[in-house]
Amino acid sequence: MTEKELKINAAKARILLVDAVHRARSGHPGGSLSCVDALTVLYFDTMNIDPAKPDDPDRDRFVLSKGHCAPALYSVLALRGYFPEDDMKLLRSIKGHMSGHPDMVHVKGVDMSTGSLGQGISAAVGMALAASVTGRSYRTYSLLGDGELDEGQVWEAMMAGAKWKLSNLCALVDVNGLQIDGNTADVMPTEPLDAKFEAFGWHVLKADGHDMGSIKDALAAAAEYKDGPSVILLRTVKGKGVSFMENNAGWHGKAPDDEQYEQAMSELKAHLAGLEAEG
Amino acid sequence: MTAQEVQKKATRAAYGEALVELAEKYPELVVLEADLSGATMTKGFAKEYPDRFFDCGIAEANMTVIAAGMSTCGLKPFTNTFAVFAAGRSYEQVRNSIAYPGLNVVVVGSHGGISVGEDGATHQMLEDLTLMRVLPGMTVVNPCDANEMKLAVEALIKHKGPAYLRLGRSAVPDITGSIPGYSFELGKGVQLRDGNDITIAATGMTVQMAVEASDILKESGVSARVIDIHTIKPLDEEIILKAAGETKAVLTVEEHSVIGGLGGAVAELLSEKHPVPVFRHGIEDTFGRSGSAADVLEYYGITARAIAEKARGILEGLKQG
Repeated sequence: MTEKELKINAAKARILLVDAVHRARSGHPGGSLSCVDALTVLYFDTMNIDPAKPDDPDRDRFVLSKGHCAPALYSVLALRGYFPEDDMKLLRSIKGHMSGHPDMVHVKGVDMSTGSLGQGISAAVGMALAASVTGRSYRTYSLLGDGELDEGQVWEAMMAGAKWKLSNLCALVDVNGLQIDGNTADVMPTEPLDAKFEAFGWHVLKADGHDMGSIKDALAAAAEYKDGPSVILLRTVKGKGVSFMENNAGWHGKAPDDEQYEQAMSELKAHLAGLEAEG
Repeated sequence: MTAQEVQKKATRAAYGEALVELAEKYPELVVLEADLSGATMTKGFAKEYPDRFFDCGIAEANMTVIAAGMSTCGLKPFTNTFAVFAAGRSYEQVRNSIAYPGLNVVVVGSHGGISVGEDGATHQMLEDLTLMRVLPGMTVVNPCDANEMKLAVEALIKHKGPAYLRLGRSAVPDITGSIPGYSFELGKGVQLRDGNDITIAATGMTVQMAVEASDILKESGVSARVIDIHTIKPLDEEIILKAAGETKAVLTVEEHSVIGGLGGAVAELLSEKHPVPVFRHGIEDTFGRSGSAADVLEYYGITARAIAEKARGILEGLKQG
């Protein structure tokens, strides 16, 4: 898919997810906006998937390890055709099936239920490892938050991915530099991430998490690498696309009020219109 | 049959054999380990099926969720570590990544109960049945002997959904194979002795003790029914309700906390559906301590004689009103 088409899809996903979080009066817009470009590239360009066959044993897998960014995943899945976009209107509602964190039982296209940080990447290791038994050639992707890296289980999973040289596994880290209580550098310093992942035996790649071409290139390089698992460090902006949410930890888990919603929507819609107007 | 003729084997040993014996028949079976393959007895499978054996190192939380991921790809993982880590350290992983999505994983807790012995309280898991039983959709199985364990392993391979299987460290008499009419089905209790004075419902290695207690009681004219509850959840309500209706009291026995395990399950059932006197025999609200398995079991009153004494006392108490 062209970069312009990817940008348009990501812009639509931002509108869907901010609208859903506003309707729900709760949710996690900041991290959803920072990772939605990478999810768009994965689901519209990189992954071998067919929304008509969500259980195909040969499909590529994706695990949203930072499960609180379900609004981003659900939006991309809806746009990709797994379920109607209108389902997003019942995010977090008792009337629907779109629970606050990814639910593989009730939401079509979700490959793993997540929400408890540090666990999704282990599940992704398991999916990649399963291919060694089943002989299937799918790839597995998992997106983590940089705050999530505080969890010790992430590093257990890293050791395991390296032990079994899972070149069919690619982790992506949404490095937006913020977590609930503030800067990741203050809450629990985890840098230097590149040196840490390298020391754990992973092939480290870097990308601009809001540049479709940069994300695509990194994913392609990860697929080329055959000596072990790869991790892509995505430089991102928390709240990307909504001016007052950008780089503000306060928007980690808070819904915009009506006035803020109107402003966010006008910014996001103007951005989409601008992309569509481009020649 | 005299006591000398009954073979003794630890359920963990039978489990390890079952994995190897069933591997060809069930190619989806994979075994995950956390650096305890000599103790959990998965080493035989590791040797015979190295491509289906995954040692995750001393990282139980990761192992648990790796298994969850593997199960979504059509495999049937059994995770292995000590019960205290399987149900304790990895509790939230079991809850959120296996039970909540209803995944097809068997979490195996070896060295369950007080009979671990010498290692002491940190390794004597007395709360696993409670912790696993409270999770929605979990099947919780605690076989009493080698024969029952092998049947349980195959049943759990075929079972679809999350399950917990408890193994014991110590060698125990292998009795169920020679009991006429014995058959194994998940969720079905087995009546091993008939009786109409009191019902003793036991699980794990205390089943054999309950049978022996029944024999002791018989000598003094007390007729004790013995029910083997190998599946704590789903509990066989029918066999327990029937026993409650046909005997004067129900005594539960387990080498586990009296809170929330078999005793809890039976008390919950009977208090709502058929209130009769229920007594729970097990480890009172306390941690274990070091000692040989036999000494520790004696210390905490997990013996046939102590069970018989308790049953006799219950019936005396009821007689006196």
